[in-house]
Amino acid sequence: MSRQQRHDARVPIALAVLGWLAVAFFVLPIMALVLRVPWSSLSDVITDDATTEALTLSVFTSVITTVLAIVLGVPLAWLLARSNIPGRQFIRALCTLSMVLPPVVAGVALLASLGRRGVVGEILDDWFGVRLPFTMPAVVIAQLFVAMPFLVLTVESGFARSAGTVEEAARTLGASPWYVFTRVTLPATQPAIVAGAVLTWARALGEFGATITFAGNFPGTTRTLPIATYLALESDIDDALLISMVMVVISVVILVALRGRWVGAIGGMR
Amino acid sequence: MGWRNWGYEVSLSIDVKRRIGATQLNVQFTVAIGETVAIVGPNGAGKTSLLRVVAGLISADEGRISWDGMVWDDASSGEFSPPEQRPLAYVFQDYALIEHLTVGDNVAFGLRARGVRRRRARERAQEVLDVVGGSDLVERMPSSLSGGEAQTVAIARALATEPTVMLFDEPFAALDASARAHARRLFSSMRSLSMARLIVTHDAVEALTLADRIVVVESGSVVQIGTPSEVLATPRSHFVAEILGLNPLSGQLRGDELSLGAMSLTVGAHGVDDGEVIAIVRPRSVSLHRERPEGSPRNVWRTTVEAVDRSDGRVRVQLGAPLPIAVEVTPAGFDALATELDGDVWASVKASEIVVQPA
Repeated sequence: MSRQQRHDARVPIALAVLGWLAVAFFVLPIMALVLRVPWSSLSDVITDDATTEALTLSVFTSVITTVLAIVLGVPLAWLLARSNIPGRQFIRALCTLSMVLPPVVAGVALLASLGRRGVVGEILDDWFGVRLPFTMPAVVIAQLFVAMPFLVLTVESGFARSAGTVEEAARTLGASPWYVFTRVTLPATQPAIVAGAVLTWARALGEFGATITFAGNFPGTTRTLPIATYLALESDIDDALLISMVMVVISVVILVALRGRWVGAIGGMR
Repeated sequence: MGWRNWGYEVSLSIDVKRRIGATQLNVQFTVAIGETVAIVGPNGAGKTSLLRVVAGLISADEGRISWDGMVWDDASSGEFSPPEQRPLAYVFQDYALIEHLTVGDNVAFGLRARGVRRRRARERAQEVLDVVGGSDLVERMPSSLSGGEAQTVAIARALATEPTVMLFDEPFAALDASARAHARRLFSSMRSLSMARLIVTHDAVEALTLADRIVVVESGSVVQIGTPSEVLATPRSHFVAEILGLNPLSGQLRGDELSLGAMSLTVGAHGVDDGEVIAIVRPRSVSLHRERPEGSPRNVWRTTVEAVDRSDGRVRVQLGAPLPIAVEVTPAGFDALATELDGDVWASVKASEIVVQPA
């Protein structure tokens, strides 16, 4: 290595200090968690009925949320990326607002719309006897509301990138717009869809604020893992630590599985 | 259709106006079945836009396009067939292969889109690849193909649906010499197919060698339509005048040896049978030297400078016997020769720069 390269590679002292401080800030809580977890009672908590129930509910609802996010989010992303609908920027802002909204506010908004006295909820109750709040579907709705934007934005940039002469070539070969979409556009966008789905799933799995506001805290139906963790803090801190550890492991697995792919997938975002 | 046999010529009729950015496209011509028409013109003349209008990827602002009496696009009546309903195929400049499909599936794509069963479509894809010389490519992925291979696949994919109109956008622009030779052979063999071919190119040599007729387009408008010899005889634009300087030479071809009477040249890879040929030497592909150049024994000859014309930052030099052709060199290159009229120079040209076509 030449002197010049060594010189260029050197980071200014002030930046290095602050950068390492940030590293410590992220690493310390996780390390503390690992240190404080009462590993001896791990098997007790993992096999504990209340914990399994919450874990099962969380996995189940977050998977349903992810599937719904793909079904609704991919078409929305396509509208945002490819159509000429007026006010596209405004619609994008509306549809991704929940990403930056405090989750509790999202929950209140869901109550106002789909609650028993809500704008739509009242009609659902009067006409069909359907009451959404404090049910398992409400958990899914809360998760979908806050998590779907991750998929929409990721897939939108995927659609914007895959546009090109390949789709036009497919048209001239006799393919209808729908055939082109399913056989050319979707496969080309698949990495973005996978990345968006994983992000959405991770966000849905960790959802707390909107869920507890709109769906409440009923064991077996709406008490998800994050809510169980919070409740455990009040009774048994060891349980809280252990459940938290489970979620850390899940998150690390997701990060490793993605290997920075999502950064690339949303890198082309305008 | 019955009335085909009653003296009507089956043709693609194009009479359209379309504004694209700053260019107003305004063209009228027809392409008969079995005919190859080259659209030539400088970059930005609107040539690709014209193909896109014909393909239905964009619509005409005014006018109409019809094939064999069927209207594809009529601005006044609002009739418009989308691309997938036009019996055509379009070979894009960047080939536009579908990256996640194998070559075989790319070639079968058009048939699958038309509802042909997978097995039958694959068989047909293999057949077409065999014909165009891409038999061994069938399992490859597009990203692993060379430019020439990708073009072969793109042409196979276009031919697989048996189109009656074929559009080519700059089919030779991105190819190296050997791939060009293969592509030329492919184009010659396609001449026997009963379809109308429309080739966009900015390369006058390709236009002259491939086309039955040439449509010269400048700034969106047609400035000349004619056979290659008509266009060469009476050029009507600066661009065509450039074509004039291409040095078409008549000669006898035997293998890679081209006899031109007073001398002979070695030509590069080609797909032309022995016999009478027209060879084209681009003015810029000939180099001039004061001394006999070292290390290139072929296609070097001693000649004289008959005339010199300096204009537009280039020097055009008319050479004398044994091969009276025009060459173009940079002013600096010409000054370095330090030669005078009637002075001696050495000329050389690479074998791969000489294009031959059947006479």
